[in-house]
Amino acid sequence: MRWIGKDVPRKEGKDKVTGASRYIDDITFPDMLYGVTVRSETSRGILQRTVFEEGIPWEEFTQVTCKDIPGNNYVALIETDQPYLADGKINHPLEAVLLLAHPDKYLLQEARRKVSLEVDPLPPVYDIEESLNQKEIVWGKDNVFKEYLLEKGDIDQVWEKADHIIEGEYKTGAQEQLYIETNGIVAVANPEEGVTVWGSLQCPYYVHKALMALFDLPADKIRVIQTTTGGGFGGKEEYPSMIAGHAALLAWKSGKPVKLIYDRLEDLAATTKRHPSLTRHKMALSSEGKILGMEIDFVLDGGAYATLSSVVLSRGTIHAAGPYLCENVRVRARVVATNTPPHGAFRGFGAPQSIFALERHLDKAALQLNLSKEELRRRNFIQEGQLTATGQVINEKVSLADLMTKAMEKSDFQKKKEQFHSENKKNKYIKRGIGLSSFFHGAGFTGSGEAYLESMLGMEATKEGKIRILSASTEIGQGTNTIFSQIAAEALGIEYDLIEISVPDTALVPNSGPTVASRTCMIVGKLVESAAIQVKEILRQSGFLASTYSSSEFSKACQSYLDKFSQLRVFSKYKQPTNIKWDDQTYRGDAYGAYAWAVYVAEIKIDLRTYETTVEDFVALQEVGKVIHPTLAAGQIEGGVAQGIGYGLYEKVVWDKGQMINNQMTNYIMPTSADIGKIRVFFEEAPYAHGPAGAKGIGELPLDGVAPAISSAIENAIGLDIPEIPVTPETLHEYWVSRKVNS
Amino acid sequence: MKKVDIFFTINGVKKTVSAHPMKRLLDLLREELELTGTKEGCGEGECGACSVFVEGKLVNSCLIPSLQVQGCEVKTIEGVADGEQLHRVQESFLKEGGAQCGICTPGMIMAAIALLEENSEPSYEEIQEGLAGNLCRCTGYTKIFTSVVKACQK
Ligand code: FES
Ligand code: FES
Repeated sequence: MRWIGKDVPRKEGKDKVTGASRYIDDITFPDMLYGVTVRSETSRGILQRTVFEEGIPWEEFTQVTCKDIPGNNYVALIETDQPYLADGKINHPLEAVLLLAHPDKYLLQEARRKVSLEVDPLPPVYDIEESLNQKEIVWGKDNVFKEYLLEKGDIDQVWEKADHIIEGEYKTGAQEQLYIETNGIVAVANPEEGVTVWGSLQCPYYVHKALMALFDLPADKIRVIQTTTGGGFGGKEEYPSMIAGHAALLAWKSGKPVKLIYDRLEDLAATTKRHPSLTRHKMALSSEGKILGMEIDFVLDGGAYATLSSVVLSRGTIHAAGPYLCENVRVRARVVATNTPPHGAFRGFGAPQSIFALERHLDKAALQLNLSKEELRRRNFIQEGQLTATGQVINEKVSLADLMTKAMEKSDFQKKKEQFHSENKKNKYIKRGIGLSSFFHGAGFTGSGEAYLESMLGMEATKEGKIRILSASTEIGQGTNTIFSQIAAEALGIEYDLIEISVPDTALVPNSGPTVASRTCMIVGKLVESAAIQVKEILRQSGFLASTYSSSEFSKACQSYLDKFSQLRVFSKYKQPTNIKWDDQTYRGDAYGAYAWAVYVAEIKIDLRTYETTVEDFVALQEVGKVIHPTLAAGQIEGGVAQGIGYGLYEKVVWDKGQMINNQMTNYIMPTSADIGKIRVFFEEAPYAHGPAGAKGIGELPLDGVAPAISSAIENAIGLDIPEIPVTPETLHEYWVSRKVNS
Repeated sequence: MKKVDIFFTINGVKKTVSAHPMKRLLDLLREELELTGTKEGCGEGECGACSVFVEGKLVNSCLIPSLQVQGCEVKTIEGVADGEQLHRVQESFLKEGGAQCGICTPGMIMAAIALLEENSEPSYEEIQEGLAGNLCRCTGYTKIFTSVVKACQK
């Protein structure tokens, strides 16, 4: 292959290294106003009065409340429970109540501080236990946004046959996406032309749908344009609909362009994070180490509104039993309401939580059965032809056992384990350990999601004889523009430089679906490939393109075609491969078109003077189908591993009354370059029949396996099985001290 | 406080800008001079996205009041390439995958250049330490380290 599998230059790379790329905050309009959001401090209550203190020329400010909304006051997504601006009721701290705009952004900041909200408080609910116990009912009838029951076999009859029954409880904390570019939108809106927004966002058509409802305008009166986006990781999946609405409401009322950019404090405190979780496992095993049954109770904290929680829960549920064969499974999964800002999409989308619990539980079982962690997994790996928890027949060549062997070799696992064991005895304070995890991650939307989305992608020839891809799939750093160009160039048999990518602008591109769920390469990439095949076919049939051709002949053929017919544009629409079947009612069937498979090994060092844990070496080995761009793909995994290290060790959201109180980069700690040891990435490639050139998805995968491998290594180093993350020095200290007390 | 005239050299060109003396250098660059390559990630000296050179030294422009650059030489990412000819560090970031979303990249490149000016052949650990003031959420730093190593070899 000429382009697939090659390290071509990143499409927009030059602009990024010279500072020429225009991000949202780099865009201004003449006569533009700045906007800010006035938010509640109370976590739950009834809004009585808004007080505007003296000393501010309030008449100069554009003010927007829920009364100014032309259409519906909810963020259109799945449920219609979340208002754009609170209408009397407050359900979480930092809920938006009032919007202000003014040309002077310094005065605007001062004005925001001079508004106070009088709220009659209601009793709130702050965590999963309180919500499940229905301490107060804060959402719907029972605080439950969504519940799934996933069943396979008959779990109730396995307990008496089991040689071992092992129980455990696991907790994961919230995690901030921490894209380095904060959220922001610029809006122009008026009744004549409708609403146009530019923004840092992942899913232009989500915003488009939300603005249609907010303004009660038809599709053609709403236009959403993605600007260069400085990282998303899920954090710019659903939340930009909120900011876009706010900016557009201010623009609509003032008649002027409005820029609404969050500073870091606001972005950290007010926007979505990864759902905290609580998982209980009960596992039945035979004396040979075969898993006979798994009963899993999986609960997520959704925050105050439903947002995407039901979908996050779904992915978490399906991944809860992992890549292991088990005939009897019951997963009861719930996502519940609390009075905190809503949690939302974050790379991995529910799977990192349930996989953390399962992998830690398997380590626990291995210790109890006196098997190595590796061996217990080997005895249970699912294989081709076997059924997952949802009853999906694995028809990929699953190579987990091979991956395990390779990961053991690459990390020198056995030797390291022995070496650390003997060194640790001699060293009082420095303890080293090595640990592992094995897991899978489904690519694309869950179940019937892709069929329902019917994603569409366009491709057209330009006057210059180039090919332009029309897609709403956004470049957010992961390399969409580059891999789409590679796929198109390969399928068309022309130079990579002849491919252009249209700006994701809803007025110009069809809806290729949201940029989420590790779907861009596998699902939308396939549409690129099939659109390219159509274009080639049309040019051939028109007689302008011979059966063999050079790139310049191809360009000429495009130009001749345009001269004659004025337009060459094709669309390709997603068609579910016929072998994929899913039943939403019974929650059974083919949950994902394809899975990526992985074994990760972490090597860590603990200093028992400071209780700090550092990752010294990390081996990330995965099978992801054909790798389109080795450097970009490795970059995805390395970045994901670093986020996983943060998730497992550093990134703790500190809550007080439903509010994040460490909302600064100084005290919410993400890994720096000095914290990341060597990350070594290895790919195995087993081409997937329905992916472009055989590719699957990789974006989310790395987040699933890092934290459990690290916790496994901590257990190996000091014999402490810590069932929660992040394992900050404080957490480690707590467990270490209580262990000494217990023993 | 009233605006004052601030004279300084920016990317080799002498300029006078009238600005509030406490305006952050970051805002002066972005708003008055339209040099938007310098980014804001935190506004409190933690992320390094706003890194520029003042008198040849790497600083966080979000922490510097404009008045402080009176009479100084300031260099931003826009002044790094020589016309169309990219700096070897830029070349290397481009080739080795050192930039993903790109928002940390201008600051990271400034920091890498500063590192190489001080130490033309840093060890892996020295690169790790040398860039620790610049946060990147996309790359896991690995490809950034490679970019710096490769730039040294040019
Ligand atoms: S914006 Fe200056 S250090 Fe973050
Ligand atoms: S490339 Fe995105 S933050 Fe560094």
